[in-house]
Amino acid sequence: MSDAHNNTILSVNNIEVIYDHVILVLKGVSLSVPRGGIVALLGANGAGKTTTLKAISNLLGAERGDVTKGSIEFEGEEVQALSPNDLVRRGCIQVMEGRHCFGHLSIEENLLTGAYTRKDGNAAIKRDLEMVYNYFPRLRERRQSQAGYTSGGEQQMCAIGRAMMAGPSMILLDEPSMGLAPQLVEEIFEIVKQLNEKEGVSFLLAEQNTSVALRYASYGYILEGGRVVMDGEAKELSENQDVKEFYLGVGGEGQKSFRDVKHYKRRKRWLA
Amino acid sequence: MSVEFGFFLETVISGLMAGVMYALVALGFVLIFKASGIFNFAQGVMCLFAALTFVGVQEKFGLPAWLALPAAVGVMILLAWLIERLVLRHLVNQDPIILFMATIGLAYVLEGLGDLMWGSDVKLLDIGLPQGASDYMLDNFNLYVEKLEVVAAVIASILVAALAVFFQKTRVGRALRAVADDHQAALSVGISLNTIWVIVWSVAGIVALVAGIMWGSKSGVQFSLSLIALKALPVLILGGFTSIPGAIVGGLIIGVGEKVAEVYMGPFVGGAVENWFAYMLALAFLLVRPQGLFGEKIIERV
Ligand SMILES: Nc1ncnc2c1ncn2[C@@H]1O[C@H](COP(=O)(O)OP(=O)(O)O)[C@@H](O)[C@H]1O
Ligand SMILES: [Mg+2]
Repeated sequence: MSDAHNNTILSVNNIEVIYDHVILVLKGVSLSVPRGGIVALLGANGAGKTTTLKAISNLLGAERGDVTKGSIEFEGEEVQALSPNDLVRRGCIQVMEGRHCFGHLSIEENLLTGAYTRKDGNAAIKRDLEMVYNYFPRLRERRQSQAGYTSGGEQQMCAIGRAMMAGPSMILLDEPSMGLAPQLVEEIFEIVKQLNEKEGVSFLLAEQNTSVALRYASYGYILEGGRVVMDGEAKELSENQDVKEFYLGVGGEGQKSFRDVKHYKRRKRWLA
Repeated sequence: MSVEFGFFLETVISGLMAGVMYALVALGFVLIFKASGIFNFAQGVMCLFAALTFVGVQEKFGLPAWLALPAAVGVMILLAWLIERLVLRHLVNQDPIILFMATIGLAYVLEGLGDLMWGSDVKLLDIGLPQGASDYMLDNFNLYVEKLEVVAAVIASILVAALAVFFQKTRVGRALRAVADDHQAALSVGISLNTIWVIVWSVAGIVALVAGIMWGSKSGVQFSLSLIALKALPVLILGGFTSIPGAIVGGLIIGVGEKVAEVYMGPFVGGAVENWFAYMLALAFLLVRPQGLFGEKIIERV
């Protein structure tokens, strides 16, 4: 038990999430992230990836969402009892879908807001700022620019860098590839991997871009309609026939859509 | 300098005092609106309440002015904390109109509270700000300028400069701007909105206190003090609801504009121009430039 505890940084146990008291969106999601791992949370638009991440970082309140069943533990501590700022202080921080940089603040000011909860002094914050600039040299070049006027890729880097400034042990990263050119996506995932390996940050990565996510993650969960329909080692998933067909677009008879009859049958099989 | 031009300058300068007041009240509005999206109807009453408290603690407890000031500041901070605890916290995620109505309620509560605690008679406020005409200006430029107006302008400038430094250079100031930009993202990096609300309402309370003291020094502390807030609305339309420089410049334009209009237009339309000039100007502005003089550009780029 205590061993499992030490090796698991985050565990989500059978949670149910309801928006506006009536809209049931997550219908029993369980997953876990090993310390120092990169775990991918995959699924189409509307599957419930963002909702899962927000349940973990306790940001659902602002969206009138509620975790009505199940439990979430970060470092062995129940998340429901903590406020978002408690969680950031304990090392769990979210990078939201769509980057959400502070548009009227400069890049550097954005990065510094990431250090808002820290109490370890200016020297340490300066050191981490330097660390972020070393991982993202582009941010250093644009440090004085208003974030709202930088490119999508720079904003994504800024959002990840801002999260790193909190000195996190775990980052919940929501759709970093969204709207970015393939080469830039590759660049950003490469840096995520380095942050994972060199800075020891664990990642839970929500992505629609299944192929890239499975290349960088060690483990993956596939969400459909608010349920985990499949999970496994990233390698296994990327070789799985169903995943290939529905999420990687390399099926036998060309690309398939989710609404295919066959898909429907297979999905039923998974759910059974 | 010709006599007419001298007279014009005197008119402008006397409009500045009112302008500074409008600017300070509008500034309080902008701070709260930026940080929480709440249109605070009670901002004017906060000026009255703050000034009443300042005078009240001197009368009732015999505090000297230099002690009454921190005491009044303390009361305004306590008030901000109470507002967050008792009102804002429970209305999170509600429609802006509900929050607006809550501030209307707040205005009545504050008015009653001020009456109850300090009485409803007109109070003199004298903290030894210089009164009368400046001899220097009279001797050198042949201009009649009230000393109080000069002092008020200086104090307001110092306050605004201090706020600018606070917002641009400090960790909390940066967090306030972050919340104004994107409160979801602010939450996600661990900024507590509740703390930020207490801080902005405190700052707005302190700005109200300064405005209340200055206005009170000129006309005494009485209910009409809370009515200057009515002029803040046109100031906001002129300056933009989210712009601090807009509030200041807008306040000055309206303060000066209505004085000049009163003096030069009044005789032709039968006077009382001062009462409606601000609203006419705001209306004209709404038609031409609805985002205001300094209304923030919405950065549209993904
Ligand atoms: N604030 C909300 N209120 C009501 N329904 C929501 C809200 N946010 C998301 N949903 C619904 O929950 C489902 C899952 O959404 P989301 O978690 O954003 O999925 P994903 O991130 O996988 O695209 C969708 O059907 C969406 O319409
Ligand atoms: Mg999403």
